[in-house]
Amino acid sequence: MAGTIVIKNGYVYDPLNEIDGEIMDIFIKNGKVVAELSGADMKDVKEIDAKGKIVMPGGVDSHSHVAGAKVNTGRSMRPEDHYKHYQKRTPLTHSGSGYTVPSVYLGGYEYSKMGYTTVFEAAVPPMEARHTHEEMRSTPMLDMGGYLVLGNNWFLMRYLKEGDVDKAAAYIAWMMKTHKTYGIKCVNPGGVENWGWGKNVSSLDQANIHFDVTPEDMIKSLAELNEKLGIPMPVHLHANNLGHPGCWEITKDSLKIPKSVKTKPNTDVEWAETKKNAKRHESIYLTHCQFNAFGGTSWRDFESGVKGITDYVNSNDHVVFDSGCVPFGDATVMTGDGPAIHDLYVLTGHKWSNTDVECECGSGVLPFEYLKGNPVHSVQWAMGLESLLYVKDAWKTIMTTDSPNGGPFIKYPQVIAWLMSNKARQDTFDECHKWANDRTGLGSETREMTLNEIAMITRANPARTIGMSYRKGTLGVGADGDVAIFNIDPKKLEVNDYESIIRSFESTAYTIKAGEVVSQMGEIVAIPEKNTFYTDIAIDADDEKNMLADVKKWFKYYTIGFDRYPTPEKYLANPTPIQVNAEK
Amino acid sequence: MADVILKPIGNFDLSVEAEVVTPDNFAGKTADEIGKVLVWQGPAEYPLIDFFTVEGNGGSSAEDTTIIIDGDIPRVKRIGQQMTAGKILIKGSAGMHVGSAMEGGEIIVEGDADSWVGMEMTGGSIHIKGNTKDHLGCAYRGSWKGMSGGRITVDGDAVSQVGGGLSGGEIIIAGSVKHFCGIRINGGLIVVKGNAFRTVGAEMTGGTIVIGGCIERFTPGFEMTDVESDLKFNDIECLGDYMKFTGDYAIPQKGKGTLYVSCDNNECL
Repeated sequence: MAGTIVIKNGYVYDPLNEIDGEIMDIFIKNGKVVAELSGADMKDVKEIDAKGKIVMPGGVDSHSHVAGAKVNTGRSMRPEDHYKHYQKRTPLTHSGSGYTVPSVYLGGYEYSKMGYTTVFEAAVPPMEARHTHEEMRSTPMLDMGGYLVLGNNWFLMRYLKEGDVDKAAAYIAWMMKTHKTYGIKCVNPGGVENWGWGKNVSSLDQANIHFDVTPEDMIKSLAELNEKLGIPMPVHLHANNLGHPGCWEITKDSLKIPKSVKTKPNTDVEWAETKKNAKRHESIYLTHCQFNAFGGTSWRDFESGVKGITDYVNSNDHVVFDSGCVPFGDATVMTGDGPAIHDLYVLTGHKWSNTDVECECGSGVLPFEYLKGNPVHSVQWAMGLESLLYVKDAWKTIMTTDSPNGGPFIKYPQVIAWLMSNKARQDTFDECHKWANDRTGLGSETREMTLNEIAMITRANPARTIGMSYRKGTLGVGADGDVAIFNIDPKKLEVNDYESIIRSFESTAYTIKAGEVVSQMGEIVAIPEKNTFYTDIAIDADDEKNMLADVKKWFKYYTIGFDRYPTPEKYLANPTPIQVNAEK
Repeated sequence: MADVILKPIGNFDLSVEAEVVTPDNFAGKTADEIGKVLVWQGPAEYPLIDFFTVEGNGGSSAEDTTIIIDGDIPRVKRIGQQMTAGKILIKGSAGMHVGSAMEGGEIIVEGDADSWVGMEMTGGSIHIKGNTKDHLGCAYRGSWKGMSGGRITVDGDAVSQVGGGLSGGEIIIAGSVKHFCGIRINGGLIVVKGNAFRTVGAEMTGGTIVIGGCIERFTPGFEMTDVESDLKFNDIECLGDYMKFTGDYAIPQKGKGTLYVSCDNNECL
């Protein structure tokens, strides 16, 4: 029977069910986890013997740049990223190329080989939603969704200036449905709009040009609107001043803004069985903490500012963040933060691209190489790991490289090794610039993450944070039958032998998606069906009508017609709307 | 020393990708086995014997192996790619990418060579006795990490993008070059005995360029610091008087490259 499988005798890690390495069997029927299979089902079911191996829910990446206009710009402006890193086609798989920005097919395969089954695109500019969906549709192996970039949107800024909360809410709801996107992304609020005039913002109370809205207004309003609408994930923030020495302070102040916002995710979904509360309680999800936590005042006295952020996160419960680790080597920096990319161009002199997405947002792309011999890069390496190790409760953190900004996602196994092995970190200190030790606290941090914690920061918590734990990031009954089985025996695990940790996480023994083995020992063996998630928010019809009148009136300034603006469902692979109930 | 002699006999209407033709690959193989090595032509793979007669066995190691190509092969690409030792002698003209990403050993081309000679090479030596075209010792498209070691000598002319992104090693051209000679180099040495047209050393941040002839259009962004005579870089000598410039100051990084230009041939500077 398709999608039916038994995984026997593995050491299971399912943090949402407080299962920490227990030997047990996992049953999947018709693509969903079930408590057990009946005798008839067991008769000719596929059985996997996971004895001496670990079994985790399929990996969930809640922040990765994998599809859309700027990702594709990264591909086209970097032929040098492709000619040495490629894969030939096989009877089952497409060919592909690209190291930091792989082609859609290669990217899907590489994620699947590492045990990932769900990936969310971190930034979808509304005007580029069609392009993003076209690429997501062609990315094999993964269930996907994307976050809509709204932090510098003209309509929202206008409604906030006018104080018209109902129209602002109606606008967000309509935009999510129109572009088939999942949650709110807020990039350098106010700053990207000012960049259209050659400027940026440098403080939270600096009103932006023309709209008179401050970054603080924007973050607060988006967080409130997010909860008013009942969106499954918190507002996803890329803070102001990113990438500038000393930016940790503005990041910390930004995190304080939505502290009092009461969270009300409200979706009509069936929840998988979990022991822990699988719903999020955070009102803000900070992205790539490392890039937002620069200390010092210049590149000369540059240092880690991570502790300022993690101290705040440790003592407050409304914040969750992903790390944006830097594993050294080639990267391609790509972000909706256009001015930040320009600053990097001035710093490096490298080729760069910048785009203004009319009335909506911006973006930029630049190739980057993190060198062990470079003092600043070495500090950034240490900072990414500090951010994950300093936060005591792993339910507040998510492991990413902000792929491909800190490094490509294929380096995740290396990051896991650094988190699990102090020796791995000490050995890297010996190879990299001494600033890594002198200007961060990582050298004296002795924490070594457990496999359970790794399961939290790579699957359980990303899924919980974005409201997907009703079916992802857990092996509870009713969850999707997405499983990653790694060749690690926890009883024989020796963290000092970190090279073997890297090897084990690089390719799973089995990656199972919806009850079907799709990847085995680093080889793709089946191409599964995939789902594309978006939020369908129910709102007041009158508010929507009033709002749409404004939008249509203004649309004469867009270069495309109003009817061509929405992304039809045919652009999505198995469109899966999630019903969201806005506050009445 | 074992010589493997390849004589071109095939149809090269579609160019042939011959990155397998290296001493490393031929070492330890008999003439028969070498003939069976596959090369790409367009969308299909064919044995080498379809294109060349093969005479002689490979040596016991790459060092002991010399490959002699007895004829013109302007449409055979990638000869000597990534070779680490041994010798290749091409008795006619060579196609693109001769010695690309080469790590060691020696290549001699008695005729002309097409573009991309010694692309991103890290060691060894290449000697082109005729002329060559673009991207000599340069980085791949989109990259600025060019040749980092070894030496390329050209007896004739080269065209554009000589040594783009060079970070080490030497390029010596007896003839002239055209555009973007030494663009974005950050190390190494480029000596052009003849003329250059324009954009010499554009965006360079390190390394040394010597132009013995005339630069038709001098690159803005350079500042003259000195006049020096009879330059000597190890075994490479450049006789005469040279104006010494530093740059390129036209980029935010304020380059620290050195550009020597012949005084006699550039009186307008």
